[in-house]
Amino acid sequence: MNTTFNIHDIRKDFPILQRQVNGKPLVYFDNAATSQTPRQVIDVIVDYYTNYNANIHRGVHTLSQEATDKYEQARQTIQRHFNAKYVHEVIFTSGTTHSINLVANGFSALLEKGDEIIVSALEHHSNIVPWQMLCERTGAILKVIPMNQHGELEMDAYDALLSESTKLVFVNHISNALGTINPIKHIIDNAHQIGAAVLIDGAQACPHIKPDLQDLNVDFYVASAHKICGPTGVGILYGKEEWLNKLPPYQGGGEMIAEVTFEKTTYAGLPHKFEAGTPNICGGIAFGAALNYMNAIGFEAIADYENELLDYGTEKLSEIEGLKIYGTSKNKTSVISFNLEGIHPYDVGSILDKLGIAVRTGHHCAQPIMNYFNIPGTVRASFAFYNTKTEIDTLVEGVRKAKMMLS
Amino acid sequence: MQSIQEIQDEIIDEFSMFEDWEERYQYMIDLGKELPLIQPQYKTEDNIIKGCQSKVWVHAEMNEDKIAFTADSDAIITKGIIAILIRVFSDQHPKEIIDANTDFIDQIGLKEHLSPTRANGLVSMIKQLKMYAIAYQTQLN
Repeated sequence: MNTTFNIHDIRKDFPILQRQVNGKPLVYFDNAATSQTPRQVIDVIVDYYTNYNANIHRGVHTLSQEATDKYEQARQTIQRHFNAKYVHEVIFTSGTTHSINLVANGFSALLEKGDEIIVSALEHHSNIVPWQMLCERTGAILKVIPMNQHGELEMDAYDALLSESTKLVFVNHISNALGTINPIKHIIDNAHQIGAAVLIDGAQACPHIKPDLQDLNVDFYVASAHKICGPTGVGILYGKEEWLNKLPPYQGGGEMIAEVTFEKTTYAGLPHKFEAGTPNICGGIAFGAALNYMNAIGFEAIADYENELLDYGTEKLSEIEGLKIYGTSKNKTSVISFNLEGIHPYDVGSILDKLGIAVRTGHHCAQPIMNYFNIPGTVRASFAFYNTKTEIDTLVEGVRKAKMMLS
Repeated sequence: MQSIQEIQDEIIDEFSMFEDWEERYQYMIDLGKELPLIQPQYKTEDNIIKGCQSKVWVHAEMNEDKIAFTADSDAIITKGIIAILIRVFSDQHPKEIIDANTDFIDQIGLKEHLSPTRANGLVSMIKQLKMYAIAYQTQLN
């Protein structure tokens, strides 16, 4: 494993980076949608199914015990990574969207008509729709923190929205569409002053930042493994113990019960109360392996390198006439969302794909942001620590070619 | 009057002259740029076939016993493919449209645009063309 940041060695860890797409070497710049998987994590997945695949927690046999141990070790790895106070504050889910829905569902029992929920203008649909549904169920009111033209949230407006009626605040740590890093410490502290709970969506932040959840003093934090070099279909809900105890269980089933009779069921304690059914055992174990892999490289080294890529990419793309970048906050991660004047992002993405360059085009499940800028969508190039400046050169060349063909 | 099959063969012929994807795409982009495909009054919300990425509008009219299609998109490559589809399916009898296949798309190297997961509205557009044909066919019967 890497002890110092060596891009040449790191790229060797990712077998997929060797493949060709449409006859060209793959340039993978869709990291904000999903990250690629290093050999170290793939090996853990293969090892699980080769050597100790078994259902966990209830089996007396050796395989079940081994699988349970590894799964619970992964939970501890995640606890340490995020600096959660207790290991039972880490709930395994199928991913960020599941985690958000779990909390939204739980709060439907705690909210009353006229209560207020605050979300931000920068949210992913998965952080808007569950709250709209929650408001419909409970009669609560949804308020929105506005953003400015740089794609930054307006903190004065946020402070003005806070009131005694505010019960919950939901904001992403980093915007998926624009890459803006939001001032979550301010958001959390001010919400707490009026007694509101805060959920931070860390899906986009965790590939770049190692959040210290006790220091942030956040009530809920959610993330997905597949954006942090782990597999798809697994993620976490972190919740402070007191909050998780207040929320009712989300789904009924095996694993989440203590005792069942036809008259009454008593629920299991944390974290199992929220983990009904057989979980994604292999996924959870691989999630732990992915965090170990990234921590061995080091999040500071990762952030430094990605910032270098961001600066380089921003400079080079900005040289293209008629190219406009959306999301120009000084405080952002390695995401460049852009359009060519008068050209649909879908067309640009189609040409780039022909050149072996994977970017995302469209509204990035953040239509309110696109409406704000009055555009149908953007082309989004998102860089990871295994990308290179040479790849950015290929992108810039591809964008120039697309512009020439489409103008 | 050319049949749908004859028009498809003609298009396959034209595309066989292109040497690589760039020439094919450039041709489609040029087709997309050239054609005013739909009357502005028909570019309504009702006529939108929503794909995930680019918008596609389709309008159908019956002229005697043939259907005239017009369509448009906000993305130029999509518009180019629409131009090809209109050339194939417009001014044809409903029955011919219902029975027609779209294998020629494969043969001119544009298969990826018709993948149902591509979400550019084109698969839905072909479905919509056929739905119009079925509706008009029912009227003729």
